[in-house]
Amino acid sequence: MIKKILAPSYLGLLLVMLYAPILIIILFSFTEAKVLGNWTGFSLKLYASLFEGGVTHSLSRALWNTLIIGLTAAFLSTVLGTIAAIGIFNLQPRAQKAIKMVNVIPMLNPDIITAISLFLLFVSIGISQGYTTVILAHVTFCTPYVVLSVLPRLYRMNPSLYEAALDLGATPFLALRKVMLPELKPGMISGFILAFTLSIDDFVVTLFTIGNEGLETISTYIYADARKGGLTPELRPLSALIFITVLVLLIIINQRAVKKTNTKTI
Amino acid sequence: MQKKVIVFFGRRRNWSIPYALFLFVFVVVPLALIVVYAFTGEDGGFTIGNFRKFIMHAEAVNILIYSIGVAMITTILCLLLGYPAAYLLSRLESRRASLLVMLFILPMWINFLIRTLATVALFGFLRLPLGEGALLFGMVYNFLPFMIYPIYNILQKTDPNLIEAAQDLGATPAQVFFRTILPLSVPGISSGIIMVFMPVISTFAIAELLTINNIKLFGTTLQENIYNGMWNYGAALSLVMLVLIMLTSLLNKDSSAKAAEEGGLI
Repeated sequence: MIKKILAPSYLGLLLVMLYAPILIIILFSFTEAKVLGNWTGFSLKLYASLFEGGVTHSLSRALWNTLIIGLTAAFLSTVLGTIAAIGIFNLQPRAQKAIKMVNVIPMLNPDIITAISLFLLFVSIGISQGYTTVILAHVTFCTPYVVLSVLPRLYRMNPSLYEAALDLGATPFLALRKVMLPELKPGMISGFILAFTLSIDDFVVTLFTIGNEGLETISTYIYADARKGGLTPELRPLSALIFITVLVLLIIINQRAVKKTNTKTI
Repeated sequence: MQKKVIVFFGRRRNWSIPYALFLFVFVVVPLALIVVYAFTGEDGGFTIGNFRKFIMHAEAVNILIYSIGVAMITTILCLLLGYPAAYLLSRLESRRASLLVMLFILPMWINFLIRTLATVALFGFLRLPLGEGALLFGMVYNFLPFMIYPIYNILQKTDPNLIEAAQDLGATPAQVFFRTILPLSVPGISSGIIMVFMPVISTFAIAELLTINNIKLFGTTLQENIYNGMWNYGAALSLVMLVLIMLTSLLNKDSSAKAAEEGGLI
């Protein structure tokens, strides 16, 4: 009896702790007050001014930069990671193990080490930092996740299918396109979404590779803003929107995972 | 020439070569650069002066020790709060559990700057002062999901027959927990410890925002030195952190690679 009440209330309490901050931000994104905590009546003005430009122009530019960098990095890592996964799958076990080991280094390294190491690389080569360096850096920490979401599909695939296509006269390229890619697609899509989420979420690596030419993403914008103590009110609707976006993306990934396990049991 | 290219990519194991090169340039070389810079002096020659400077610099050493302390306290709090939650979640029937588990994991995917700003907002809303208490709350709030998830994962996979067997053999509930469930969940606990301890030690920005710049953690020291052009000293400090992190993950060798995979893939 006690268990029945205690267990849910403990979980509930933790959830309140985890969500209270973000819920307060969402709540106060619907009021105009400059200072968070003052409720001056319901209003969508902050949402409107987030997209209008003007004072917040730099914020909407940062939003675009974040999306462009995220989509480009996710696309490049999906292509690179899928090609890599097919190659790794066909390597001998020892070579496979070696490359997989290096593959997890960016996942294990703390952000700041990845960030500083890439910063040193870029200054040593002497590339000026901007879009290119940020995207390269993001591809570096995103691709390992794509590789790891495509590889299981390859292990699960029936190898005879590809050979059957070749025996029936398909060129390797055609067999790849018609037989292999459809099998890998779910892994590639999950990898893409994961890479995109990681990219828009990143702050530390971006800060170190973005240069000082005025290029900003949402993360660096929030950081610069918070350091000034300013806390632009428009950050509230923006945070709310990001929260919803991430929520939707995760539900999609999750549904896909659930579907996968369901078909497997059938 | 074109024929050669076709033959090269006809062997599918060669498809791993572009990514192998990429990993070499963007993962291996940058890490090597940290070592090179760390042992290079202002004049460009080999030196261990950067490390001597760190040891003589009481403030930097103190910040490192303080950061380790904060990371340890955060890890312990996350374990104490997270283990019961993971345990309760693993006991739920699967349909209700998947939604609840997702609720617990979701905050992991929201930009930590936004989460931190939300914490600042919460403290302002409740009229609580910012400082050490806010710092610890913010850290636990940020990293609790990283502790719950791996422990939940392991507990959920635990064979229920083992628990039943213990009960059938006459173990009291406490004995079942301490002699069967807890030992079986150790791999999850060590994954969780890695996923909390390492990021906390290397985080920067969280501490400044939650203590109005009163408390600095080691990550901030790293960032400030790199930003102020002290690349060699900054690299030496990064190397100190890298060694520290390698020692932590050596303590639980198997679980660190798993932690990376589980942390990334839902």
